[in-house]
Amino acid sequence: MILSVEDLTVSFDGFCAVDGLALSVEEDELRCVIGPNGAGKTTLLDMICGKTKPTQGSIRFKEYELTDMIEYEVTRVGVGRKFQTPSTYEDLTVLENLEISYPKKRGVVGSLFFRRDAALREKIDEVARRIYLGDQLHVKAGGLSHGQKQWLEIGMLLMQDPELLLLDEPVAGMSPREREQTAEMLNGISTGRCTIVIEHDMAFVRMIAHKVTVMHQGKVLVEGPMDDVQSDPRVIEVYLGD
Amino acid sequence: MTVTGQRDRAREAVGLLVLVALLVPVPFLLDDFRQQLAAKYLCFAFPAVGLVLLWGYGGILSLGQGLYFGMGSYFMAMFLKLEAAAQTNTGSALSQFYGSNLPDFMVWNSVESLPWWWRPFHSLTFAIATILVIPPLFAFLLAYANFRKRVGGVYFSIITLSLAAIASIVIIGQQGYTGGVNGITDFKTFLGVDILSNSVKRVLYFVTLGVLLASVLAGRALLTSRTGKILVAIRDREDRVRFSGYNPATFKAFVFAVAALLASLGGALFALQEGLASPSLVGIVPSIEMVIYAAVGGRLSLVGTVYGTLLVFTAKTFFSENFPEVWLYLLGALFILVVMFLPTGLAGLVERLRWRPRARPVNASAAGPALARPARAEIDAPVEVRGGRPA
Repeated sequence: MILSVEDLTVSFDGFCAVDGLALSVEEDELRCVIGPNGAGKTTLLDMICGKTKPTQGSIRFKEYELTDMIEYEVTRVGVGRKFQTPSTYEDLTVLENLEISYPKKRGVVGSLFFRRDAALREKIDEVARRIYLGDQLHVKAGGLSHGQKQWLEIGMLLMQDPELLLLDEPVAGMSPREREQTAEMLNGISTGRCTIVIEHDMAFVRMIAHKVTVMHQGKVLVEGPMDDVQSDPRVIEVYLGD
Repeated sequence: MTVTGQRDRAREAVGLLVLVALLVPVPFLLDDFRQQLAAKYLCFAFPAVGLVLLWGYGGILSLGQGLYFGMGSYFMAMFLKLEAAAQTNTGSALSQFYGSNLPDFMVWNSVESLPWWWRPFHSLTFAIATILVIPPLFAFLLAYANFRKRVGGVYFSIITLSLAAIASIVIIGQQGYTGGVNGITDFKTFLGVDILSNSVKRVLYFVTLGVLLASVLAGRALLTSRTGKILVAIRDREDRVRFSGYNPATFKAFVFAVAALLASLGGALFALQEGLASPSLVGIVPSIEMVIYAAVGGRLSLVGTVYGTLLVFTAKTFFSENFPEVWLYLLGALFILVVMFLPTGLAGLVERLRWRPRARPVNASAAGPALARPARAEIDAPVEVRGGRPA
């Protein structure tokens, strides 16, 4: 078990966004988290990656207790986060976006004298190919289409090579063709690491999920394989219904 | 529009060469008075170059660079003043009386012995070390303390502004130790060399020019390094940078320290050539003027900002000599015009005139309709001071 969340609770001004949630994810697993709006899915990821501090509970990742750490420390122990709206560095090129995501020399002095070597260049090229941006290396991220920005952000995570990959609606705003490409991409990159994907698109979830967790009002409603979940009456009631 | 693209690099190189071609002949073409003015302008280009790094690329607007300029000028002035005190006749007469060489303003203020923190400034090495170390160190600690607590944007600008104001008030208040409102002035020699002679002034002019060019090149090296990319990333999306595994506070504090070092260098060279360290160069007004130099030149262009500084000062001199009653209004109008019509300053204007017609979509074969957008629309918006974190 690589990630183990226990009794996780956070409330904002009395509103309990996540309420006593427990979740564990195995090594090499790709877990999809679904649920209606306001179920607390994004808040869950926010707490895992250090963006939001939980009111109580624990998040164990490998030997680390993530609730005690701040964002960049969580990132450094191997957690990568992709945000719901594509968050790339728009004034930098695709190549530069990938390069600064490379998890070496993250201090001021180290980065001041950092030189890109052949191995890094190779890695950048490889990642760029995987995210279908191999011929766009010198384009500024701000000039990419919405779907390409989503891919670039996934590419930035791949450069970090995280053991735990958190993806918040990776196909939001993508065309059906791009969704298929993304599903293919995720199936390729999720091996060898543990991945949590939040998604609304059921067809997409079906393409990638090993196991699905359904959240409702800050709690886990049902957990299991996609087919079981989809036929569960409680899920149909809160989410899939009508 | 960043220094990182090849085209931009070529443009910066041309700008730099033209600048050298314009400034090298100055001492040979202009009279001594004008040469001295030019040297003074160059000193103020240092803090402006620092502001390009800090504000243009780091997204941190400091309204208090006068503080660091002041530190540099006062540290240099303290050394020069002690040397002057040791040489003058009055100095030696007083020294017999008090048992040590006191600067004249201390005598006037009935300070009877040299304060302990003045003493090490007898040594040039010590003075230079303080000029190079204290301002960046102070700046780093100040900035780190704030940025670690995620105090940024307007709030940080106000902190820098108030520090500059406080410093100038303290200097004025502590007349016996700082020379008060008159500042520290009336220097004669630098290591025994007469700094008032024209030939020495000419040498100092070239030293200033050389250090300035070296600073511009160092700034460019910084911007093209990985650190430079991270700074741009922090400017545009600080929250995201944390999730790339960086601590933005260290990088922001670092660039603030670099800007402080540049300001300090400018201040030290200013004191050496103009023979003055004054609280009027420390407070709010000079600090804001430094921001204006950077804005006029173009806050994204290291070379452009040197032109900006020279232009603003030349305009100031020209207007004040020719239109003594209204010169301040004319200067104000110039600033308003630049801010309204040239958000990227002179450098942006040059870019628009020279390069726009040749710009074309980056890679026509590859992409989405978004690619057809001109590649330089990006800087007009995001650099302004951004608000602090929502509570």
